[in-house]
Amino acid sequence: MKAETMIRERAETAQGKAATEPCLIVKGLTKRFGGLVAVNNLDLTLKHGEILGLIGPNGSGKSTVMKLIIGLERPTSGSILLDGEEVAGLPSHKIARKGVGLIFQHSRPLQRQTVFENIKLALLPDSLLKLFADPEVDERTRAIAESVGLGTVLDRRPATLPFADLRKLELAKAIARNPGVVLVDEPFAGLTQNEMAAFADLIRKFRAEGRAVLLVDHNVKSVAALADRVIALYLGERVAEGTADEVMRNETVRRVYLGGEIQTHARPEASFRDTEPLLQVKDVSVFYAKAQALEGVSLHVHEREFVSVVGINGAGKTTLFNAIAGFVPFSGEIAWAGAPLCGRSAAAIARGGIVQCPETRELFGELTVRENLDLGGQRLTRAESDEQRSWLFDLFPILKDRQRQNAATLSGGEQQMLTIARALMTRPRLLILDEPSLGLAPVILEQISGALEHLRRTTSITVLLGEQNVTFALPQADRVYVLEHGRFIWEGSPARFAEEMGTGYL
Amino acid sequence: MLGRLVAAPLFWFAVAAVAVAALLPLWVSGYVLGLLTIAYYFGVFSMSWDLLFGFANEVNFGPTFLLGLGAYTAGIVDNRFGLPIWICIVLGTLAAIIAGLVLALPALRVSGPYFSLTTVVAVLILQNLIVVFADLTGGEIGLTVPDVISIDAATNYWLALGFMVVSGAILFTLSRSAVGLILQASGQDKLQAGALGFNVTKHKLVAFLISAFFSGLGGALLVFYMGTASVSALIDVSIGVQIIIAAVLGGRRTIIGAAIGSIFLIGLTEALRPTGELATLIVSIIALLVVLFFPNGFFGMIARRERA
Repeated sequence: MKAETMIRERAETAQGKAATEPCLIVKGLTKRFGGLVAVNNLDLTLKHGEILGLIGPNGSGKSTVMKLIIGLERPTSGSILLDGEEVAGLPSHKIARKGVGLIFQHSRPLQRQTVFENIKLALLPDSLLKLFADPEVDERTRAIAESVGLGTVLDRRPATLPFADLRKLELAKAIARNPGVVLVDEPFAGLTQNEMAAFADLIRKFRAEGRAVLLVDHNVKSVAALADRVIALYLGERVAEGTADEVMRNETVRRVYLGGEIQTHARPEASFRDTEPLLQVKDVSVFYAKAQALEGVSLHVHEREFVSVVGINGAGKTTLFNAIAGFVPFSGEIAWAGAPLCGRSAAAIARGGIVQCPETRELFGELTVRENLDLGGQRLTRAESDEQRSWLFDLFPILKDRQRQNAATLSGGEQQMLTIARALMTRPRLLILDEPSLGLAPVILEQISGALEHLRRTTSITVLLGEQNVTFALPQADRVYVLEHGRFIWEGSPARFAEEMGTGYL
Repeated sequence: MLGRLVAAPLFWFAVAAVAVAALLPLWVSGYVLGLLTIAYYFGVFSMSWDLLFGFANEVNFGPTFLLGLGAYTAGIVDNRFGLPIWICIVLGTLAAIIAGLVLALPALRVSGPYFSLTTVVAVLILQNLIVVFADLTGGEIGLTVPDVISIDAATNYWLALGFMVVSGAILFTLSRSAVGLILQASGQDKLQAGALGFNVTKHKLVAFLISAFFSGLGGALLVFYMGTASVSALIDVSIGVQIIIAAVLGGRRTIIGAAIGSIFLIGLTEALRPTGELATLIVSIIALLVVLFFPNGFFGMIARRERA
């Protein structure tokens, strides 16, 4: 009980304090995972009664920043001052008890407990002797549930709740902890317009109560209405800071999201002479439990065509690719070379010539580069395999030098090249690339882009590319689709994309 | 809490079952009483195991490490120094708790399969130590314990029944308490539990120590019932697997189910005795079928029907 009273008092004094004194000061924060620098020498401050937006494309390190602040990851170096006290490197339960709350991007309720128990848990002290909670805990649990609109579902289990209610449950837990600093990871992912508005109101209420709020999201647009101030991250470094408008106008930010000059080489659709597209996706919808990830999506790809699907993280790109590759069940129709794919296993689809390079790469880290490639070439004869491999070593010369190295020891860019090379070892007709640019530096992207260009010019391969990085997605593309909230909102040539979609995309 | 308990049909069912069990010595044979006495002690071992598996979400392959330490310490102290039985039992329980702490502190730093592997290794080490220090422990032949609590079958039976009922009540209450809720959260999602301000390691460690307390105490009591202790009867990994199967058969996260599973398992093995060598095979196949098709066990099936 003592700890709770302390936290409550902290929030109350926070309300009294003028919103000038920062309660969270981060200085020189750095986090390395092996050779990868996820966060590099980051400074930020957060005041009571302020909402700070932390934005950046996927892989920019923004989620890592949040995990470092609450102690789920240990910083490599740097300082995190919470109300003047150093908390860098403390375990998360201690930092949480000092008044930091985290709202996870994915709702993570305890599935076997009721809504009531889930909220009550957040009110319990970290004590082994308190076998039974004080009676006021039950009252407070009910009051908090009422305040976020969960009053009528207290006895239900999370699995029976709609998606928006699960998000509310996360909020209720955060309110129960009564934190001085609230970290919110992608608050609006998967919510409808109305639900977003309700959720935004609850976050504004946090600010009104004098709490400091850190909102982490992909683009400025989604946090613009809420945030007092925005920091943009790219490759673990701060590239811009200011009001939402200022950050949106910032040159570096525009380059990161939109790219600079984009050369496009689109071939008109009429130049592909197959009468029936190689891949035809018709009215496909996918649900994950309650969240709808794809809503009546249709797309076609001709033989030899290069099609890019552009959209921010969470738009549904990976889901679309997983549906095509047979990893998730869907409604609607997907036809491959004229025959429906429905009912075929992922393995059969892959043998049929559709190979996916997943966003997470899924290399066999403990196997060498060579072994990873040979696994891809399992179904080729020895001669074919040798031929294919030497062709790939021409395409990605660095892999030849790295043959005997374990895949896990490669840099991010080399891993991405190996992922693509392993997929090409199977001699696919359709290569699906999911976010190959993820977390990679511009110079590496140029190399991969060059390899794709070479593929397009010299082979008959068909490519379907999913990207949030427009600079990377457009140059090779013949046609572009824009995916937002599980729907295609635009389709056209890459040249028209810059004119029509450019500003709306930030 | 009390009001809800009294209103639950399962509570009255349990009261009735305990009452019937308490009256059994009036009409069943000494042989059956002996079997049930053992089954009740193993019921406690299974229930303590369920606290770890069902709530802390850690698979402990070393329940026999804990109970074996309790049994052997109590037995050796009695054998060597002839101290009063109750002191031997207290020392046995303490040994299990201390060894549990020594094992769990490093083991809980690693999680998942590595924790489980550590516990298997602990059993093997204990087994080897007993063989190596044969003059103290009796080695492969077994340890003879000069004293017994009672030679009366009914007294031993009632003691075991009482021990099981009290342990079950304590473990059940614990699992339904606020501390039990935190333990479940630690088991289900330790990142989330940490972010909510709970020291996951602390809660899991204490759960392990509570499990060690009941296992060690049970082991010490058991050794003074049997009058002997041997590796094959108390410590062998296969004994541990029996304890685990009983808990899973009864139903994960139910505590009480583990005791029922244990009685069922020992009863079934006995009933199948006429089939000779086949008995173990048949029991294993039944256990396999239950795990494959009713992973929530007997109790899980009942609980689900009630909820529906």
